[in-house]
Amino acid sequence: MSRLFALVLGLALTVALLFLTIPVVALFLRVPPADLASQLADERALEALGVSLRTSVAAHVLILLVGTPAAYLLATRSFRGRSLVLVALELPLVLPPAVAGLGLFAAFGRSGLLGSELRALGLEIPFTELAVVLAICFVASPFYVRGAIAAFESVDPQLLSAARTLGAGPARVFARVALPLAAGGLGAGSTLAFARGLGEFGATIMFAGNLPGRTQTAPLAIYDALDEDFEVALALGALLVAVSLAILLTTKLLTTWTRSAQTSGFPSAASRSS
Amino acid sequence: MDTLRADIRLPLRRFALELALEVGAETVALVGPSGAGKSSALRAIAGLARAEGTVVLGAERWLDTAAGLAVPPERRSVGLVFQDYALFPHLSVRANVAFGGHGRVDELLERFRIGHLAAARPGTLSGGERQRVALARALARDPRVLLLDEPLAALDAHTKATVRAELGELLDELRLPTVLVTHEFEDAAALAARVGVLVDGRVRQVGRPEDLVAAPADPFVASFTGANLLPGTARSSAGGLTEVALDGGGTVFSADPGSGRVGLAVHPWEISVGREQPDDSAVNHVTAPVRSLVVVGNRVRVRVGPLAAEVTAASVERLELAVGDVVVATFKATAARLVPLGR
Repeated sequence: MSRLFALVLGLALTVALLFLTIPVVALFLRVPPADLASQLADERALEALGVSLRTSVAAHVLILLVGTPAAYLLATRSFRGRSLVLVALELPLVLPPAVAGLGLFAAFGRSGLLGSELRALGLEIPFTELAVVLAICFVASPFYVRGAIAAFESVDPQLLSAARTLGAGPARVFARVALPLAAGGLGAGSTLAFARGLGEFGATIMFAGNLPGRTQTAPLAIYDALDEDFEVALALGALLVAVSLAILLTTKLLTTWTRSAQTSGFPSAASRSS
Repeated sequence: MDTLRADIRLPLRRFALELALEVGAETVALVGPSGAGKSSALRAIAGLARAEGTVVLGAERWLDTAAGLAVPPERRSVGLVFQDYALFPHLSVRANVAFGGHGRVDELLERFRIGHLAAARPGTLSGGERQRVALARALARDPRVLLLDEPLAALDAHTKATVRAELGELLDELRLPTVLVTHEFEDAAALAARVGVLVDGRVRQVGRPEDLVAAPADPFVASFTGANLLPGTARSSAGGLTEVALDGGGTVFSADPGSGRVGLAVHPWEISVGREQPDDSAVNHVTAPVRSLVVVGNRVRVRVGPLAAEVTAASVERLELAVGDVVVATFKATAARLVPLGR
């Protein structure tokens, strides 16, 4: 009986492992590493990689700059409606990306909720690189904010109090005590958000379009190249797999490094925030 | 030296802490069971907890809720030593000490014998070393008030005695208004001139430690103080024992070393009571009338002169003890411990 059960468990794991790894392996089997470089030298591939890099980095800077202080506030203060705020911040996690793109359009589009205000400022967002950045921010920021809240919550509040009595004002307590002690968790959340942003597809194509050289990111280029040049699509895909793998390993390392190692590479966010 | 005056009210989960305190250049201890609000009192004085009322140091007002004034913790000149020391784990010992003030770091590292640990992280230190780092860090800012939250609780029994003696010397030297929080009456008696017993947010009794033992205001204080504590003057005598001339008259011997002003602490269960002086190894005999007999469970607390002894109900029956009978209370020199008296 127990042997049969063990067999079932083993079988399930084998099926899951094969199903999840075969596509990745197939990608690399189709693209010999020697050809990878030449395929990526394709002009459209390079352009798409450039757009991806620029927008991902810009979005990531915005996520860190806004997400870090916001997460610190949520982790260190309790106030009425805090759990509602948390739900609102995590909503993009469960929202279908296409719906997220639609929402962004409805808010920042020409005839959208804030359309006339933006036009008055001379800003037109849809189908620009800025639209790509906003789409990435929208879908990727919850990954960082969740991880950052958990990271700040794991800092002993007594240490923050001690810093206060030693003459540090709230800003210095944040910079000298909270930030360094939460660094590992922040890094783990940050890499996850970056990975999510790099792979963004649905919200981007809805809100920013698929304009080569302007708003076409690497995932969108793969989609385009699928019809035209399968080899280029495969090369781009292989590159993104390599980047994703590197990010996953970084996250794992950061998580172990902060001694909050859990069963997966996902930072403490998974178990802490709710 | 400025005097710290606090008159605060702080709502806690089960009750409200109400505390009026005046501390000059001395150490005042707040003792009580855990959850009595002792740490909250320190947090309120330091500005870490939002209390109502007033906190004043000399002419400087830190809190006056009636006037809408609440100085933030970083602008109150307070050195707070936390119960678990709250050392910054990501900073070296030196950086920990320098966090509050850079001026006297080397001097303090030297003073607290942690110079050789300057580059070490707190995680690698022993309990005693951590306590010294915490004290050095708190003093680096030249605070005008010192607050100590259970400074000895995180130490094992072995190191505690040494660390307590050192802490006593330090407090004598600093002569800062100091509020010490502890759940051990013995520590309070050793370090503080005055002790307040705090239960459920209220001070039940304030006084010199020996007064609390001699005349507890209520049964809680009586049970909390536990040991007998008799003030006296110690000098070494023949046979390696210390002779203590008690303030209340009489001479007793202790196996502990000591000299000058000391408190002689004897636990009630170390004292036996008899009709006549026994012929045994115990050297200390106090002959006095029985002042009271109080039944505590299956034991009886017998007050003989200045001492409280605890004997079995059967013994009391066998000896036919009654209030007013003259009896002999006996205890061994090894049971008589000497604690330095708070000044």
